[in-house]
Amino acid sequence: MGNISLNQVTKSFGDVQVIPPLDLDIHEGEFVVFVGPSGCGKSTLLRLIAGLEDTSSGNISIDGQDATELPPAKRGLAMVFQSYALYPHMSVRKNIAFPMRMAGIDEAEQNTKIEAAAKALNLTDYLDRRPGQLSGGQRQRVAIGRAIVREPAAFLFDEPLSNLDAALRVGMRLEIMELHKKLSTTMIYVTHDQVEAMTMADKIVVLQAGVIEQVGSPLELYHTPRNKFVAGFIGSPKMNLIEGEEAAKHNATTIGIRPEHLGVSKTDGLWKGTVGVAEHLGSDTFIHVHKTGLMDMMTVRITGDIEARHGDTIYLTPDATQIHKFDANGLRIA
Amino acid sequence: MARAVSTKQKVIWTALAWTFGLLMFFPILWTFLTSFKTEGQAIADPPVWFFFDWTLENYSAVQERSNYPKALMNSIVIAVGSTLLGIVIAVPAAWAMAFVPGKYTKDVLLWMLSTKMLPAVGVLYPLVLLAKWLGVIDSRILLVVVLMLINLPIIVWMLYTYFREIPGEILEASRMDGASLKSEIIYVLTPMALPGIASTILLNIILAWNEAFWTILLTTVNAAPLTAFIASFSAPEGLFYAKLSAASMMAIAPILIMGWFSQKQLVRGLTFGAVK
Repeated sequence: MGNISLNQVTKSFGDVQVIPPLDLDIHEGEFVVFVGPSGCGKSTLLRLIAGLEDTSSGNISIDGQDATELPPAKRGLAMVFQSYALYPHMSVRKNIAFPMRMAGIDEAEQNTKIEAAAKALNLTDYLDRRPGQLSGGQRQRVAIGRAIVREPAAFLFDEPLSNLDAALRVGMRLEIMELHKKLSTTMIYVTHDQVEAMTMADKIVVLQAGVIEQVGSPLELYHTPRNKFVAGFIGSPKMNLIEGEEAAKHNATTIGIRPEHLGVSKTDGLWKGTVGVAEHLGSDTFIHVHKTGLMDMMTVRITGDIEARHGDTIYLTPDATQIHKFDANGLRIA
Repeated sequence: MARAVSTKQKVIWTALAWTFGLLMFFPILWTFLTSFKTEGQAIADPPVWFFFDWTLENYSAVQERSNYPKALMNSIVIAVGSTLLGIVIAVPAAWAMAFVPGKYTKDVLLWMLSTKMLPAVGVLYPLVLLAKWLGVIDSRILLVVVLMLINLPIIVWMLYTYFREIPGEILEASRMDGASLKSEIIYVLTPMALPGIASTILLNIILAWNEAFWTILLTTVNAAPLTAFIASFSAPEGLFYAKLSAASMMAIAPILIMGWFSQKQLVRGLTFGAVK
């Protein structure tokens, strides 16, 4: 179980409508990521599904049942918060047991489940500690443990990795994906980090100002962004968006070309520019090119290492098959 | 950067602090000394300090003349009862104001506090009439309710301040975990706010214990607590200072001892939120 559908859901805070009418279907077992810039309404949307915020209109159904008016406790969902939101006065064991205690599950069964969850999450040695005595990663695992034992219809994650350092973040990302493969439970994951979205999702929902800009698999979004916003948001480094004469040559208002689809030469090419900053990652090199006359700064991504000094002249040639075209409204031209 | 303090400055500040502290403590010390004097020594001019024949006769006289255990019991019931009743009412109120504030929450809080500015004597008459009509004058229950009402604004305010420090996400997590509102308050909010609740309880027990306006005016015999007990030793004529002092010492001793042992908690409670 774990089908969730939103039907014409809206949310207003006072006079401000943060979510205009929105429809969305999430199917059982999917890993869905809500992604968008901060303030785009992705967390609000998650909280509406959780029941922590009331919808202003429209309805939400979970497994075919109307859940719009149900309190969070009755929706059968579990949530992992950015701040972990562990109970500081309870041991790890009691934290994990809490949802089962609320559900009135008997102690023997509680213990079996706690042991199993602790083993799966490498928390066995920490069961008697308080959250304050754990590291950030361990705390997040406890929060996940607390969610698992509920056996929810779906897991909701609200930017769960934002408080972790970069190295831990990658590790926890894999753990969550592993967990999804193992449990095959629906997961809804909110993040502002498009790399997390691309790597984790079966389905990405790109949001801007409460509006769904596009829904699709990571590669669909990457290859066929529906509009300029999605094109610019998905992919790292960002797609180069060129307007004016060069775009007109392709019968478009704007053309987009990803940094990895630009060829580089020091002698000849379509567009001439000057090297600004070059970022050497070893595996790749990102070169920021100025004075092309097309846009302020273009970014090029080259596999491997290449020598590029500040001020060098450089020529860029786009891969003609990889040019994205957008009309005056910013929508994709097929 | 720490400021350099010279030894001379340290000495001056320490001396000043001690002088001020002793000045504040002096009335208690004087009452303590007087309680062991005879009535004659108590009013002697020039005053007798430490060198007199210490006597316990005032203490036994006080015991004989009135019922100290009963007054003590009344004080305990009234102070503890009104505080606990106040807590039971104030926890949900403070929860609502801290976690689901409405448009007028701030106004309600200020309005509650403003009732503390009303002179108590202003409601004396209606309250006495009401108590008479209900037939509860000179009863513990009346004092429990009245003192609870008087201190309720402070209890709500204190709890509200503590609750505000608790991250809302933790309460939301408990809701996601299937906790009802009742479970959320009992198992999550209350344990997390326990230090704050304890400070609130302590402070309010002290306030209720020391409350002398209503406790003296609304009681005669049955519900008379220690405040009324002390007052009964003041007389328009005759010598009563030594006995009054003995009665005072007996009345303030329990709360003084409680305050001594819980001072850490009290100081933390009173300065909570001020320093962070």
